[in-house]
Amino acid sequence: MIEVREVHKSFGALAVLKGVNLNVEKGEVVSVIGSSGSGKSTLLTCINGLEQINSGSILVDGVEVHARTTDLNKLRRKIGIVFQQFNAFPHLTALENVMLAPRKVLGMTKAEAEAIAVTQLSHVGLADKLSIYPGKLSGGQQQRMAIARALAMSPAYMLFDEVTSALDPQLVGEVLDTLKLLANDGTTMICVTHEMSFARDVSDRVAFFHQGVLAEIAPPDQFFNAPQHPRTKEFLSNVR
Amino acid sequence: MFSYTFQWRQAFQKLPLLLDGALVTLQIALLSMAMGIAFAVILAVSRNSRSWWAHAPATAWVEVSRNTPALFQIYMAHFGLGSFGIYLSPYVALLVGITFNNAGYLAETFRGALRAIPATQLRAARSLGMPSIQAFRLIILPQMFRIAFLPTTNQMVWAILMTSLGVTVGMNTDLAGITQDINVRSFRTFEIFAIAAVIYYLIAKAVTLGARLLAARLFRY
Repeated sequence: MIEVREVHKSFGALAVLKGVNLNVEKGEVVSVIGSSGSGKSTLLTCINGLEQINSGSILVDGVEVHARTTDLNKLRRKIGIVFQQFNAFPHLTALENVMLAPRKVLGMTKAEAEAIAVTQLSHVGLADKLSIYPGKLSGGQQQRMAIARALAMSPAYMLFDEVTSALDPQLVGEVLDTLKLLANDGTTMICVTHEMSFARDVSDRVAFFHQGVLAEIAPPDQFFNAPQHPRTKEFLSNVR
Repeated sequence: MFSYTFQWRQAFQKLPLLLDGALVTLQIALLSMAMGIAFAVILAVSRNSRSWWAHAPATAWVEVSRNTPALFQIYMAHFGLGSFGIYLSPYVALLVGITFNNAGYLAETFRGALRAIPATQLRAARSLGMPSIQAFRLIILPQMFRIAFLPTTNQMVWAILMTSLGVTVGMNTDLAGITQDINVRSFRTFEIFAIAAVIYYLIAKAVTLGARLLAARLFRY
C-alpha cells in the first residue's frame, strides 16, 4: 500500500505540492489527471524518493520513503517507474536494457536475467527486437521497452509518468494497450495521464490534481459523469 | 650553394636503435594516457561536485595543467620535486609530467561529455535501484567515453609527441632521446631527425587507427 500524507514540496519559492493525500491499495489502478505543470509528475518522483519532500510523509508498505534510515536502493526495487521521456540506455540493446537491473541490482545470473528479460519484452510485443539498440527503435517501442525494463524487477507498484505524452498519436495506442494489459493482470499502478478514455476505462479511481492538491478523487463513473469540484467540471469540459 | 652531403645509408644503419626508442615512446604514451584517463574521470566528477574540497583541488589541477607549458610540468616533476628531495628518474618524471598534462585536458573533455548526457539517464538508473556509483559506472561512464572518444584520440596523439620533451630532463632511451644521442655522435642531423619524424608520424597514425578499430568494436549503437 502506498500512503501519501499531507505532502508539501517546493522548488525554491515555487510550491508544487501543497498537502497531497492519497492512499493506493494493492491491486488498485489510480489515474491522476490535471493541467500541465501542476506537480503530478513531481508526486511520482517523490514516491520513489528521487525527490525530497519538505513536510508530510510517504509510506510504501509501511516504510517511510524519506526517513533517513530507509534504504532507498532497496525500496526502489519494488517501485517501478516509467517516464515521459523513455530514458532508454542508448549504449545497451533492448535485451541488455531490461537485463541490466535484474543482474546488477538483484544479483541474478546472466541466464536468469535473460529469461526474465525475454519474457517481459515478449509481453510488450518486442520479442523480435532483442538485439536492437534503442536508437533504432521507434518512440512507442522504446517506451514499451522501458515498461518491460521496470517490470523485469517484479515491482509491487508501477508509476507511470505521462508515458504517452512524447509519442506520435499513432504510437499512443500500442503503449496504452500495454498498460491495459498490466492493469488487467492486477498490477498496482499510479498513472499520471492526459488520456481521458484510458483513465475512464482502466482506473479504479481517478484523481484530479489542481494547484498542488488532489482536489477530487472518485471512481471513474462518478468522476466523469458527476464531478463535484468546480475545477474538475471546468477541466473536463475543456478536454472533451 | 650548400655543402651538406646526405648520408642516408649511415643514418639508416641506426634504424634498429631508433625502433627500440620508438617502443619506449609508445610505452610512455600509452601508460600516460591510461593513467591520464583514470585521473581525468576523477577530476571531471570532482569538478562537477558541489563540495569545495572536491571541487577546488580538481580545478587547480586543471588550471595549472592546461595553462602552463608541458615542458615546465616535466621539468617540475624532475628538477622541481628534486628540490624537495624527491628524485624521479627521467623516465618517471616524463611519465608523471605527461600524465598530469593529459589528465588536465581530458578532465575538461570528460566534463563536457558528462554534461551532454541527459540527467534523466541517471534518474532512470537510480529508479531501478542502482546505487549511485553503480549507476555512474554502468550507465554514465560508457556514454561519456563514447561522446569523448574523438577528442581523447587527439590527446593520445598529443601525448605521443609530448614524450619528445623528455630529452630536456635527460631521457635518453625514447625515440627523441636516442635520435639526439645519434645526432651528437654522427652529426647526420637532417637524416636522423627526418627518419625519427617519420617514425613519430607512423606511431601516431597506428594509434589513431587502433583507436578507430577499438571504437568500431565498442560503440555499436
